[in-house]
Amino acid sequence: MVQNRGYIPKSRQREKPREGLKYIGKSMKRVEDPRILTGKGVYADDISFPEMAHVAIVKSSHAHARIKRIDTSKAEKLPGVLAVLTGAQAAEICGPLPTWSSPPVFQRVIAHERVRHVGEAVAAVCAESRYIAEDACDLIEVEYEPLPVVVDPEEALNSRGDAVLHPEHGNTNLILESKFDFGPVKEDFAAADHVVKRRLRWPRSGGTPMETNGATAVWDEGSQRFTIHVNSSMYNFVGWMIADTLKIPHHKLNIVPTLAGGSFGAKLFLYKQPVMAAIFAKIVGRPVKYLEDRMEASLTNDAHASDRVYYAELACKKDGTFLSFRQRIIDDYGAYFQYGVGQHGNALAQVVGPYKINSVGVHVQAVLTNKNQQGAYRGFGSEVANFVIERMVDAAAEELKIDFLEIRRRNFIQPDQFPYLIPTGNMYDSGDYEKVLDETLKILDYKGWQKKVAEMRKAGRYVGIGIATTHERSVFSSTEFWMWNLDGKIGWTSSPDSMSIKIDPRGRIYGTLHSPFWGNSPETVATQVIAEQFQVDPSNIEITYSDTDKGLHSTGPGGSRFTVMVTGAIVGAAAILKKKIYKIAAHMLEANPDDMEMRDGHVSVKGAPQKKVSLQDLAFHAYYMRLSMPDPEDPDLTSGLDATYVYDHPVTTLPDPKREHMGIFYPIMGHMCHSMVVEVDPETGQFTFLDYACVHDSGVMINPMTLEGHMRGGVVNGIGSATSEHYYYDKNGQPTNTLLTDYLLPSISEAPANMKCGHVETPSPFTEYGIKGGGEGGRMGTPPALAQAIEDALRPLGVKITELPLTQKRIRQLVREAQTKRAAD
Amino acid sequence: MNKEKITVTVNGRKHEKEVEPRRLLSDFIREDLRLTGTHVGCEHGVCGTCTVLVNGKSQRSCLTFAVMADGAEIQTIEGLGTAEKMHPLQQGFWEKHGLQCGFCTPGMLMTAVELLKENPNPSVDEVREALSGNLCRCTGYQTIVESIQRGAEIMRGGK
Repeated sequence: MVQNRGYIPKSRQREKPREGLKYIGKSMKRVEDPRILTGKGVYADDISFPEMAHVAIVKSSHAHARIKRIDTSKAEKLPGVLAVLTGAQAAEICGPLPTWSSPPVFQRVIAHERVRHVGEAVAAVCAESRYIAEDACDLIEVEYEPLPVVVDPEEALNSRGDAVLHPEHGNTNLILESKFDFGPVKEDFAAADHVVKRRLRWPRSGGTPMETNGATAVWDEGSQRFTIHVNSSMYNFVGWMIADTLKIPHHKLNIVPTLAGGSFGAKLFLYKQPVMAAIFAKIVGRPVKYLEDRMEASLTNDAHASDRVYYAELACKKDGTFLSFRQRIIDDYGAYFQYGVGQHGNALAQVVGPYKINSVGVHVQAVLTNKNQQGAYRGFGSEVANFVIERMVDAAAEELKIDFLEIRRRNFIQPDQFPYLIPTGNMYDSGDYEKVLDETLKILDYKGWQKKVAEMRKAGRYVGIGIATTHERSVFSSTEFWMWNLDGKIGWTSSPDSMSIKIDPRGRIYGTLHSPFWGNSPETVATQVIAEQFQVDPSNIEITYSDTDKGLHSTGPGGSRFTVMVTGAIVGAAAILKKKIYKIAAHMLEANPDDMEMRDGHVSVKGAPQKKVSLQDLAFHAYYMRLSMPDPEDPDLTSGLDATYVYDHPVTTLPDPKREHMGIFYPIMGHMCHSMVVEVDPETGQFTFLDYACVHDSGVMINPMTLEGHMRGGVVNGIGSATSEHYYYDKNGQPTNTLLTDYLLPSISEAPANMKCGHVETPSPFTEYGIKGGGEGGRMGTPPALAQAIEDALRPLGVKITELPLTQKRIRQLVREAQTKRAAD
Repeated sequence: MNKEKITVTVNGRKHEKEVEPRRLLSDFIREDLRLTGTHVGCEHGVCGTCTVLVNGKSQRSCLTFAVMADGAEIQTIEGLGTAEKMHPLQQGFWEKHGLQCGFCTPGMLMTAVELLKENPNPSVDEVREALSGNLCRCTGYQTIVESIQRGAEIMRGGK
């Protein structure tokens, strides 16, 4: 069904946001923690089986080359080696790895005929121990015929001939190009008094969790089935794609999630490790583990992040009113294209930020280069869009001589304008941006800092304030992955999450999640919502995770969706159970089912709380007293107490077939304001935080403590992206930082010591209880605010910041250039 | 490869094992003793995740050969407390949300044990200094500092 622009589906919200909730909104200690804190959490590398063998890979030393010859004979003879595979052999056993790109750009678990980036596997060894497997890798001889290397994204636009990575897609590395005008872009630019223009550069970083990717596969000869233990998400959404690669029927694969030691997107969907472990497990007939080492995690984990050049233009009126926003984007996807330009679909969800902008022009050029391919990282491309719009707004303020906060206030979408449709078609469900800004200024003591900064500057110090007002779209839906594909096909539109709830004969509640733990707090969230739904003490609730054998349709965490989605699933399952519970209780208490309520572990009659039955007694009745039910023939009253519920995305619509708009696809709109005061040392290029305050509006909060954890952790991710993290490749495609010695994650010394966090709660009208997602946290707000703060600190020198990361070296270089320019002027 | 016989006491329990000279202490602890609470993050001594106490001093088990620990007393996260009876530092991390994914936590805890032994009431700056070699990707560090100060408070007899 084609829906017109402006069509907004009716809200399916059952639980209204309200006062007086007992468990939701409380900073409850996490239920995951006791086992993790005592070393009993089971992560990917903690899986172990008797007779387990280990895999290591031979990594390509070339960025782009034909594989002329591989000699594995010496490796095969090494004692302890069980099997060796080259790309050619692996290609006979299994098909290409999963991909969402259209047309598909195929990748192999071991490179076949050609390597496309340094670190790509060219051969793999399975041995008695990882030590022996690595020894054997050293004995494998590979002869390469080098091909021209493509590194620079803008130069990649002109690649031809042997420099083309995937010639089957034409004589170009421009793998996808798309242009959209949403609204009257030309007319709005013609009506502008002033156009701000910038070239902005966002560097290649990555989620880089402390735990790498890993899988252990067990092949059961009797049932002809694989069981794979892996630290991946989305296994209950698309785990069957791994079976396709393995060329086995889908029901012959069971995927079991482990705890993930962080993801930040990097473990959104892992396929290389499960496939590698599985093919060897079948060959050697023993359980096989393949765990990436740290270098593989840098070089070939399929999870580098956006690497973009923007040519951006913001059309404004003299008074600072924004009219239109136009951008050409060149994005370096690396050697493969697993998610297509999903990251740009994502950015269109909130491309205008919190501002009223009448039209948007977007021209994306996705290029392939000889690098580890892009995947997901906290923001999935929208964090880049946040950086760009905020840099443009700051530039507009400066060029139009309007205070940088005032220009934001003039353009903010106002609280009475929601639900608000932006030019791309997405909807913003609710918000109050001035309130978030005001609260931030209060917590930072902006006025106080303005005075202090002025005094410090007089004393010759380089101190600056940066503030960014950015969005955090939450609850992703599938649309972002396919809507750029102009092949006429309608893509997936489902992205649900599910919950199974069982109440046992003694009234204890078991919740089964169909999504994994990847560093968030899924068990705590589920416990709090179940406790609220059934009004039971959290100590009576146990949360576990399903595998794919028992799993229900669940997209999993990512795109700040888990909390909203699992809450929806719990409310749905609880509604089914409560209908049954109330019927039974009404019968036991000789009352009307409509008059029942749950309170303190009991079901009681509204207004007569002394008339009650404990959940324990009621559950016993439900399990064992089928013939004493109110109506033994009532089909709802089967023995036992269990329910499952698949909760679809709360509000999405289809894109326009001609792509004049994208429909509603990412509408649960969080908002944040990040503010900071920094001091820069122009002699060394070092900077320090003097203060940091941020306020997030993630709708109604389930657990303020864990939400603040995401905020602060995201800030430090954002500091890394903005200042120190850069997966850098030299002109030969050789990565120069492959370990944590030189890929610099922020340490405690780079993190602000006292980040002040605040909250505004604007409920969503579409989600249960009015919750919004908040998992991507400060990374979506910190980089533009930090760029502004450093620019502000160096304002006396006239430094302009258009490129990240702001390493000490780059800051020093900017200062030197500014000083040289001054001297010349 | 030839193996060497070593005797190591881990969390109070004595183990006699034969290991290759090149075997890392981290692999010995995790695989040979099946104490998987000690995690390995980078394998080159940068992240601090694999930190254990060797004769009371923090050490990166990924940069130590198991044979170097011959005769040593080692303490790992499993030697601190249990879910039923947590060590004060574990309690502090639980109360103050000092972990999210929990992968770096064992290294943080063992580093903190060493710190509090020398300094039972550390300031924020002292905790930050002590943790400067331990990376965390989730928390932003602030609640880890609070957790350690809370653990110290409990150890000093506070409630």
